[in-house]
Amino acid sequence: MSKIKASKNSKDKAKAAAGKAAAYGEDIDLNKYVSAGEEHPYQADPSQLPARTKKQMLSAGVMLDDASQRSGTYLQMDNTPIHSSVRQDGVEVMAVSQALEKYDWLADYLWKAVAVDSDKYTANVELNQSDGYFIRALPGQKTVFPVQACLYLAQAKLVQNVHNIIIAEEGSELHIITGCATATKDEPGMHIGISEFYVKRGAKVTFTMIHSWNPETAVRPRTTTIIEEGGLFLSNYLLMKPVHSLQMYPTSRCIGENATVRYNSILVAGKGTNIDVGSRVFLNAKGARTEIISRAITVGGNITARGYIEGNAPDVKGHLECRGLILGEKGTIYAIPELKGNLVGIDLSHEAAVGKIAEEEVEYLMARGLTKDEATATIVRGFLRVDIEGLPPMLSAELKRAVEASEKEVM
Amino acid sequence: MLKIKDLSVAVEGKEIIHDVNLTIQTGETHVLFGPNGAGKSTLLMAIMGFPKYKVTKGSISFKGRDITGLALDERARMGIGMSFQRPPVVRGVKTRDMVAACLKAHGDGETVEKLAERTDLKDFLERDINYGFSGGEIKRSELMQLLAQKPELTLLDEPESGVDLVNIVLIGELMNDLLEKNCPIQYRKCMGLIITHTGHILDYVNARTGYVMCDGTIGCVGDPHEMLATIRERGYDECIKCYLGRIPTNE
Repeated sequence: MSKIKASKNSKDKAKAAAGKAAAYGEDIDLNKYVSAGEEHPYQADPSQLPARTKKQMLSAGVMLDDASQRSGTYLQMDNTPIHSSVRQDGVEVMAVSQALEKYDWLADYLWKAVAVDSDKYTANVELNQSDGYFIRALPGQKTVFPVQACLYLAQAKLVQNVHNIIIAEEGSELHIITGCATATKDEPGMHIGISEFYVKRGAKVTFTMIHSWNPETAVRPRTTTIIEEGGLFLSNYLLMKPVHSLQMYPTSRCIGENATVRYNSILVAGKGTNIDVGSRVFLNAKGARTEIISRAITVGGNITARGYIEGNAPDVKGHLECRGLILGEKGTIYAIPELKGNLVGIDLSHEAAVGKIAEEEVEYLMARGLTKDEATATIVRGFLRVDIEGLPPMLSAELKRAVEASEKEVM
Repeated sequence: MLKIKDLSVAVEGKEIIHDVNLTIQTGETHVLFGPNGAGKSTLLMAIMGFPKYKVTKGSISFKGRDITGLALDERARMGIGMSFQRPPVVRGVKTRDMVAACLKAHGDGETVEKLAERTDLKDFLERDINYGFSGGEIKRSELMQLLAQKPELTLLDEPESGVDLVNIVLIGELMNDLLEKNCPIQYRKCMGLIITHTGHILDYVNARTGYVMCDGTIGCVGDPHEMLATIRERGYDECIKCYLGRIPTNE
C-alpha cells in the first residue's frame, strides 16, 4: 500500500489536469482500464517466482535466478512492490513508499523534475495510489554491477501507475537496468511510469530500459533527468517487441557546467504497433554536452522519432542523429529532429535519414558470397548495433544480447 | 578458365559493352587498360554478376560452366571475387564481421587476426566497413576480404588508385599472394583480371596479357608492359589507332 505523502498542492494540480490530453500521441481513454488491482504477496526470494513470470521478466533483461551480477533488485507486479534487495553497500533500493517513511527529505524530490500537471497520465499517477522504485547511490559510491528493476503488468485491463525516484549523490556511479513486461500475450493493459532522475555533481548514471509489452498494451512513460555540474547521464532504450501505443519524450536538463547526457534508442515497430518516442535535452549550463542517437525500423508499424536539443548557455554542444529503415511494404517512420539555439557560440547539429536498405550494400555483401537474406540480416543487425560510449563492457554485452534475442522480430 | 564470348552488356537499357571476347586460362593474370568511360568497370561488374549489368548478348563461362544467368552470390560462392574501386560504407557492419563472413564461405581456419596483421589493418577490425577509410586502407581492406574469400578468379578494379608509394608495395605483395604469383604457373589455381589506369601496379604484379578497351570494345591485345609504354608515350588515342584492325580472338 502506498504511503506517498503528496502535498495538497500536487493533488490539486493533478485534479485540474485529470482531463488534459498529452501534447503527443493517441489520447488514451483511462476509463477503459481499472485502477484498483489485486495485491500481490511479497517475494523474499524472487527466484521462487513461477517459471513463466521469470521468463517474461528475463525477456526484458531482468535476471532472477542468478542475481550475482546485480547490485540490487526491485520488482513491482501491477501496483504492488513485491521485492526489493541490495547486494552492495552504498546503494539503496526500495519502494518509494518505504523510502518516504525513511527519509523526510524525499518528499522534496517528488514532482520536482516532472510536472504533476503535465497531462492526464501524470495526474493519474498522483491521484491514484502509486508506488515505484527508489534507487540511490550514496556520495562517492560506485556500483560495479547494475541495479535491476522490473515493472510487471500481470492483471488484464489494469492501469499500472508507477512513480520512480533515482538519486545519484555527488561523485557516485550508478547503473540501472529496468525491464518492463506483461504476463499475457494479448490482454489489454496500461502502464504509466513517472521517473525522476537526479544526477548530482560529478555523478554518473547509466540507465538501460528494455520494453517487452504485448500488442494490446498502452504505455505512457514520463521521465525527466536533472544533471548537475560534471554529471553524466547515459540512457539506452530498447523496444523491439510489439506494443499497441507507446508515447514518451524523456527529457534531460543540464543545469550544471559541463553536464553531459547521451540518449540511444533502438525502436522496432511491427504491424499494429504505434510508437512516438523522442529524447529532449536542454543545455542550460556552460559547456554542457549531449548526443542523441536513434535507430528505428518499421516492419509494418508506425514510428514517430523525435529529437530536440535546446542550447541556452555558452559553449554547449549537441548532436542529434536519427536513422530509420523501412522494411516490408507498409509502415511509416516520421523523423522530427529539432534544434533551438538561443545565443551565440553554441554548436548544435543533426542528421536524419529514412529509407530502405541500400541495394549497393546488399550486393557488396553478396559479392562476398552471402545470400541476399544473409546480407540483409547482416545489415539490419549492424543498423541496430549502437556502440554506446561510456557504457561498461558488461552492460554493453547485455544490451547486445537483448538486441540479438529480439532480432527475429525484425527478420 | 574464364571464357567470355561475344559479350554485350547494357546498363539501364543502354548498351555499354559490345561483342567482347576474352579468355583467361587458369594461373594467368590479365590487365585491362582504357580511358575513363571505356567500359572496363562495366565488364568487371558483368563478370561478377551485378543485377544492374544486363547481358544482352553472348556468354560468360567459368570453370567450364555457363554462368551468364547465375546470381551474384552464387558466382561468389563458385569462386569469383572482386576488389571494388569505391566500395560502399556499411554502417554497423564491422570489418571483422565482413572478413569472418568471407572466411565462413571458403574458410580454412585462417583467423581474422592473422589476415588483419598481414594487411596492416589490425586497428580497423572493430570499425564499420570502409567508414572513414583512406584510399590505401580501402584497397587493403578489399584485399583482406579477398584473401579470406580465396577466389579462383579475382577481379581487381584499379587496386592502386588513391594508394601512396609505401602502401603500393604492400598492395602488390597481397595481390601476388592472392594470385599465387609465387607459385609456378602450372601449379596455380588462381587467375586475375586487373583494371589499371596508371599501370603502376605492373611494377609489383607480373601479368603477361594486356588489353586496351575503348568505347565498350577491346581494341587490342598484347604485352601489357609494351602497351603501357605506348599509352604513356602517345596517349590512348594513338594507342587505339595503332592497334586498329587487330581485334583479338584470343582463342
